[in-house]
Amino acid sequence: MKEAVTIDAKGIFYRELNAKLRKAVSNGTQKIELRNVYGQRYIGTDLGKPVEIEIFGTPGNDLGAFMDSPRIIVHGNAQDGCGNTMNNGEIIIHGHAGDILGLSARGGKIFVREDVGYRAGIHMKEYQDKKPMVVIGGTAQDFLGEYMAGGILILLGLNLKEGESHKANFIGTGMHGGAIYMRGEVQEFQLGKEVGVAELDENDYLVLKKLVGEFAHHFDYNAEEILKHKFIKLFPLYLRPYGRLYAY
Amino acid sequence: MKTYLPPKFIVERDDSRCIRCEVCVNQCTFDVHSYDTEDDELKSHEENCVGCHRCVVFCPTEALTIRRNPLDYRENYNWRPEVIEDIIKQSETGGVLLTGMGNDKSYRIYWDHLVLNASQVTNPSIDPLREPMELTTYLGRKPDRVEFGSLGLKTELAPQVKLEVPVMFSAMSYGAVSLNVQESLARAATEMGTLWNTGEGGLHPKLYKYGDNTIVQVASGRFGVHPEYLNVAKVVEIKIGQGAKPGIGGHLPGEKVSAEVSSTRMIPKGTDALSPAPQHDIYSIEDLAQLVYALKEATNYTKPIAVKIAAVHNSAAIASGMVRAGADIIVLDGLRGSTGAAPKIIRDNVGIPIELALASVDDRLRQEGIRNQASVVIAGGIRNSGDVAKAIALGADAIYIGTAALVALGCTICQQCHTGKCAWGICTTDPWLTKRVNPDIGARRLSNLLRGWSLELKDILGGMGINALESLRGNRLHLRGVGLTDTELEILGVRMAGR
Repeated sequence: MKEAVTIDAKGIFYRELNAKLRKAVSNGTQKIELRNVYGQRYIGTDLGKPVEIEIFGTPGNDLGAFMDSPRIIVHGNAQDGCGNTMNNGEIIIHGHAGDILGLSARGGKIFVREDVGYRAGIHMKEYQDKKPMVVIGGTAQDFLGEYMAGGILILLGLNLKEGESHKANFIGTGMHGGAIYMRGEVQEFQLGKEVGVAELDENDYLVLKKLVGEFAHHFDYNAEEILKHKFIKLFPLYLRPYGRLYAY
Repeated sequence: MKTYLPPKFIVERDDSRCIRCEVCVNQCTFDVHSYDTEDDELKSHEENCVGCHRCVVFCPTEALTIRRNPLDYRENYNWRPEVIEDIIKQSETGGVLLTGMGNDKSYRIYWDHLVLNASQVTNPSIDPLREPMELTTYLGRKPDRVEFGSLGLKTELAPQVKLEVPVMFSAMSYGAVSLNVQESLARAATEMGTLWNTGEGGLHPKLYKYGDNTIVQVASGRFGVHPEYLNVAKVVEIKIGQGAKPGIGGHLPGEKVSAEVSSTRMIPKGTDALSPAPQHDIYSIEDLAQLVYALKEATNYTKPIAVKIAAVHNSAAIASGMVRAGADIIVLDGLRGSTGAAPKIIRDNVGIPIELALASVDDRLRQEGIRNQASVVIAGGIRNSGDVAKAIALGADAIYIGTAALVALGCTICQQCHTGKCAWGICTTDPWLTKRVNPDIGARRLSNLLRGWSLELKDILGGMGINALESLRGNRLHLRGVGLTDTELEILGVRMAGR
């Protein structure tokens, strides 16, 4: 049994790389360092233990898909499908992430330092203590939080210039659960028809304080500075957005 | 607003037989029957009747008859009563017409235009009662060639799943149907050596023990999909589409999301369970491959991954892509495939008949030399073992049944699944109603059905002089067409009867 191992991923196909990860984890390894990662998919899938995986390079699509428990730190950018249907664990990305970040996630946490692509947080859901949480440091593309059925999505907009607003449209379209917190300017026409806008209450600030605190800790920011800025909360107007669509 | 909808059914109560036991009142979930204590009389609200015949079957004195209201509008082939009623409903509600079960329109049923062969004189038929007959089917990717070494098979095989009967229960989610229905299916599948399918509502922990006979579904809503769900199953099925509603997602209405259903779907009680129309990680064959391999990674390559699509115009090309994307089993769900709820206009007008889809997909995969790389399973309106035999001869490896299984549990296809008020206790989550399906009896009824079909399939095979289903698979020379055009015969790859 080894506490920590380093794997050089250069030129290795994902299937082989993931087999190595499975083997290392089953041997009781607690920490794995992956060097020279170039697009290998599904890193962190099917490990099922709270192992820490530190990735240097660019992991491929579906990083942490169906993941249950590992903690992944990426020194680089993540691609599409990061945290896809994730069950538990943590993904910390020191860079950008692609489309459908956290698609259908039901638990765990994802922190992205920079921007994310389209449909981040789409159809995340929650049940009792299972509650996915996503914090994005930069801005996002369209359909942020689409179909969201639960969980917490925070968009900080730290890289927006003074007076610059978020560019995403259709934010929270079809949302019917969970909450989106946004820092930085956003116009009403950018929001989906199914979301309402609210001022934050005390509970909301507690949530923000905790998650923004973790974000700041991961990426070396000052949480208090971030939280000084105005936030808005987007919430679903209906639990049943399409309940009145049908004739019987 | 006064409704212009006339009653669809007429309730006839023979007062000389009626003993005022009120069974009809208690059995009806649509509030048709009521008892008037003052007049000591049972009354009918015929406008509520859906024609499910629950009351007729349970009336202890056979006092009830339910007949269709003849609705003798002036004859008009274009403006039939159904068309008129649909317009009335929409003019009164302004909504999308919802319905349940499969397409009930008169599209040609090709099974009824295909006939099977039998041996006469030139080759002996086999009596299945006294000679061994093999229905065993293995689902999964088969290798291009096999190599043997001194220790036996050298080729490493992809995971295979053994079926004793080539008939499986198709996807019906918990939420659409009750847990008792799922338990009945799971137990019958286990007893008969076949598989049942969770649908996309997750898997209740009570049913984990039937995992070896379970197909779990990963659909666009990803409800209840977690590592344990994937690992407990025998097969993981990615659902892209459904025959009853190709291209459409699903909305399980919030009122059907009870506390128990919410625990399995893993969403809060009372919220709509929305299944988006596409899976947002699949916009191409390459993306499909990505999810197929994500699931292979998530299950460490120990299980076949199935991909299910609705049969549509370009199914053959899509099927080729699916196989190349790594699907070990491809599932085609045809025009007559059923649903717990779908827009009626979609159910009745979108998709193609499964017979034609199957024939063209099997052809295409053979032409491309990749037919061995995936098993082909079909679904959508299969009614009996004759349909099964014909489907196998057309090229299917196995068949899914949904409606037939529900009929075995009592369903009379009244098409009210979307209301959640199923009087037979099948397509509902109301705890008062779900008790109407007893899993002990349900499992027995389903096992009986599969046992009957197995015996019949063996009879069919024996008559052809074949002792294994494998010899019938894709053997279209055992089929002939009756009353079909040249184009239909060409697509089906069968000759006209007499040729």
